[in-house]
Amino acid sequence: MKASLTLGKVSNFIGLGFFTTLKDLFIGKLEKEEFKNFLRKTIVPLASILLFIGLWHLGAKSLYNIEAEFKIEKALADQGQVAADALKVCIASGESSCEPNTLPSPVQVWKSFQSLLRDHNIITADKAAFIEKTTVLNAKRVAEGKNAITYTGRPSFVDQIFRSLQTVFAGFLLALLIAVPLGIFIGLSPTLKSSFNWFIQIFKPVSPVVWYLLVFMIVKTLLIDSNEDSSFTISFISVGLCSMWATLVNTAMGVSSVDKDYINVAKVLKLGTFQKIFKVVLPSSLPLIFTGLKITLSVAWMVLIAIELLAQSPGLGLFVWEEFQNGANDSNAKIIVAMFVIGIIGFLLDRLMLTIQNWVSFDKTNAI
Amino acid sequence: MKSLFKKSTYILPAAMLLFACGGKETKKTTAAVEAKTSKTKTLEIEKPQLTFGFIKLTDMAPLAIAKEKGFFEDEGLFVSVEAQSNWKNILDRVIDGQLDGSHMLAGQPIAAGAGFGRQAKLVTTFSMDLNGNAITVSNDVWSKMKSHVPKDKDGKPVHPIKAEALKPVITEYKNSGKAFKMGMVFPVSTHNYEIRYWLAAAGINPGMYTKENVQGQIDAEVLLSVTPPPQMPATLEAGTIHGYCVGEPWNQQAVFKGIGVPVVTNYDIWKNNPEKVFVMTQKFIDENPNTAIAVTKALIRAGKWLDEPTNRKEAVKILSMSQYVGAPEAVLANSMTGTFEFEKGDKRDMPDFNVFYKYNATYPFYSDGIWFLTQMRRWGQIPDAKTADWYASTIKDIYRPDIWKKAAALLVAEGNIPATDIPMTDGYKPATADFIDGTIYDAKDPLGYINSFKIGNKDKK
Repeated sequence: MKASLTLGKVSNFIGLGFFTTLKDLFIGKLEKEEFKNFLRKTIVPLASILLFIGLWHLGAKSLYNIEAEFKIEKALADQGQVAADALKVCIASGESSCEPNTLPSPVQVWKSFQSLLRDHNIITADKAAFIEKTTVLNAKRVAEGKNAITYTGRPSFVDQIFRSLQTVFAGFLLALLIAVPLGIFIGLSPTLKSSFNWFIQIFKPVSPVVWYLLVFMIVKTLLIDSNEDSSFTISFISVGLCSMWATLVNTAMGVSSVDKDYINVAKVLKLGTFQKIFKVVLPSSLPLIFTGLKITLSVAWMVLIAIELLAQSPGLGLFVWEEFQNGANDSNAKIIVAMFVIGIIGFLLDRLMLTIQNWVSFDKTNAI
Repeated sequence: MKSLFKKSTYILPAAMLLFACGGKETKKTTAAVEAKTSKTKTLEIEKPQLTFGFIKLTDMAPLAIAKEKGFFEDEGLFVSVEAQSNWKNILDRVIDGQLDGSHMLAGQPIAAGAGFGRQAKLVTTFSMDLNGNAITVSNDVWSKMKSHVPKDKDGKPVHPIKAEALKPVITEYKNSGKAFKMGMVFPVSTHNYEIRYWLAAAGINPGMYTKENVQGQIDAEVLLSVTPPPQMPATLEAGTIHGYCVGEPWNQQAVFKGIGVPVVTNYDIWKNNPEKVFVMTQKFIDENPNTAIAVTKALIRAGKWLDEPTNRKEAVKILSMSQYVGAPEAVLANSMTGTFEFEKGDKRDMPDFNVFYKYNATYPFYSDGIWFLTQMRRWGQIPDAKTADWYASTIKDIYRPDIWKKAAALLVAEGNIPATDIPMTDGYKPATADFIDGTIYDAKDPLGYINSFKIGNKDKK
C-alpha cells in the first residue's frame, strides 16, 4: 500500500499523472469519473499522436507524388518519351538514384533511426578496437609524461546526444550561477535595479549567433596559448549567456515582490543580511525563480543547436547541419529523427525541472 | 522512513543529471601487442594525435583515403578528420591552432601571406588535386542560353561552352531590371578566379576589388557572391543565385536533383589547373618537422592509391560515408569514375576530371601559386602594383616543395613510389597556352601575363 501510494505521488510529481490511472486500470479499481479522466489523459494523447503520424504520412506521400510528377514531366520535355518512361519505371522501383527528394515519410524516419542505432554499435566496436590497439603505445606515452592518444573516429548519434546534454547542463549551470545571485542583488536594491535595467533590456534579445561570435572573440584570445579544441568551452558559455536572462529577470522580480510583512518579521527578529536572504527572501521567491529556470533550460536547449552548428562542437546541432550538407537520400529522414530526439529530450528536461521545483518549494500544488 | 524512501526517488533524476555532465570516457588499459606489417619506416613523430579539417567536396579524398586505408597510422599518426562549415571557418581554425592542418583552397594560404584577408604564416607542402570544378547554371538560364550554343551534327552542344552564349541572357536580365547573380565559394577560391576568367574571356566584366571595397562587385555585369559549397544547390534551387562555380559533387548534385545544368568544367577553362592544397601553419612545421614530413608522406601515398583506376569505385564508397562527403554514391561516381554528366542524359568522358597523382599533381609548383597571385592582382585583391621579384619571393615562403621532396625521397627509399615520380624541376612548369581563350601563361613573367588581359588591372614593368 505504501509503495503504490509513493508511485502515485512520484508520477504526479513529475507531471506524468496518467501513470497512476494506468495502474488503477490494471488493478481494476477504476470508477466512472476516473475512467473519464483516464480517457482524457491517456487515450486522447495517443489518438492525437496516431492522427499526427497519419496526416504526416499522407502529406509526405502527396509531396512525393508532386516531386515525382515534376521530374517525369521535366524528363519528357528535355529528353523525350523514352527517358520519361525509364524514369517512371526507376521511380516506381524505388531505386535510390532517382528517388524524389522531399519530406520523408514516418516509415523512412523510423528506418533512419534504426540505421543510426546500428551505426552507434559499429562505432562502439571500432572504439573498443582502437583502445586495444593503442594500449601499449598509450602506456608508454603516459610513462613519458605525454598525453595518451584518444579515439580518432567520429562520434555516433548517441555520443552526440550526450555531448549536447553536457553542453546544455554546463551552460545551464553557468546561467544559474550568474543569474540567481545577480537577480537577488538586483531585486533587493532599487539602485542596482535601475543601474542594471538598461543592460538587461539591451542584452536580453541578442540572438544566439551574436552571443556565439562575442564569446568566440573573447575566449579565443584568453586561450591563445592553448592548442586544445575550445569549441566546447565556447559553445557552453554561449548557451549560458544566451539563456540566463529569463532567470535573471524572474529572480529579480521574485525577490523584489516578497511580502513586506515577511521582511518586517525579519527586521523584528534582527536577522543578518545573509540570514534574511536564505531564510526569508529566497524561500518566498522560489516559485518565480523556478519559472525562470525552466524557461532558461528550454531556451538553452533551443539555442544549443544553432550554437553547436556555428562552433563546430560535436552534438545534435552539428549532426543536423552535416546531414543537411550531405544531401544524401536518407539525410532528410535523419534530420527528422534528430528533430524528434531534440523535442523529446526538451520535454524530459522540462519534466525534470518541474520535479526539482516540487521537491524544493514549500507550496506542493502542481505548479506548471 | 516513508520520507526517506520518497527522498531517494527524487535523488535519482538528480544523479542522472550529474552523470550526463561528467560522463567522460575512461580509458581501459589492457595489454595488447601491436602488429606491424608495412614497409614504412616511422619517423620520430613529435605530435602523433592530429586533427585535420575539410569541406565536403570530393577533392578531400586524399585525407579520407589516408585515414581509411591506414596510411596515417602507418606513419604513426592518429588523425581525426572533421568536416567544417565553410572556408572562412577553416582558415580561422587552422590559424588559431584548433586544427593542425586542413584541406584548403589553393588561394587561401597565398592570400594569407600576400596581404588579402586575415594574415598569417601558412605553408603548403602538398597539392591535393588538379581540376575537379565546374560552372552550373539554373534550368531557366540554360533554356535561354541553349539556343546560343553551337551544336554538332547530332544536335548536341559543342564543348567547351564559352561565356559568349551567356551574354545575351545577362542582357535580357539587365533589360528586365534584374541583377544576374552567381555564386562562388570564397573570395580567394579557385572558383572565383575560374568563373571570372570564363566570364572575362567573353568580355563580361565580373567586377573589381579595391582597397576600400572588398565586395568585388565594382562595375560588375555579373554579381558574384560567396556561398559555402554544400549549400550551392539549395541556394540555386531557392532562386537566390542563377548559377555557380563549385567543386564536385555539388555540380552533379544539381543534375541529379534536376535543378541546374553544368555548362563548363575547369578542365576546359584551364587544363590541369591546381585546385585544393593541404595547409599547415609555419609554426606547426617548425615545431613538428618530422610530423609534417610524415603527414605529407601519407598524403602522397593516398594520392597514388586514388589514381589507380581500379581503386576509384572503392574511393567513391568511402567518400559517400556520412562523415566524409556523404552524398549518394551515384552522384559521386558520376565525376569520380572518368565521366561527367552535363545536361541530364548528356554524360561525356572526362578521364582527367579528378587528378590526384598523375602529372605530378601532388607537387606544390611555384608556378601554380604565382598564377593565383597574378589573378589577385588582376582583380584588385592585391591593390598595389608589385614587382616580378615580389611574386617569386612571396610564393617561396608559402609553397614548400622542399618538404614534399623529403617525404617523396623517403617513400622512394621505402619502395612505396618509383623514383621517376619525383619531378626534375626548379618548381616552375613550362609556359602554357592550355586556357579556354588561349592566353599564354609564363610564371617567370607575371607582369606580362597580367597585362595580356583585356579586363583587369594593368601594371607597368
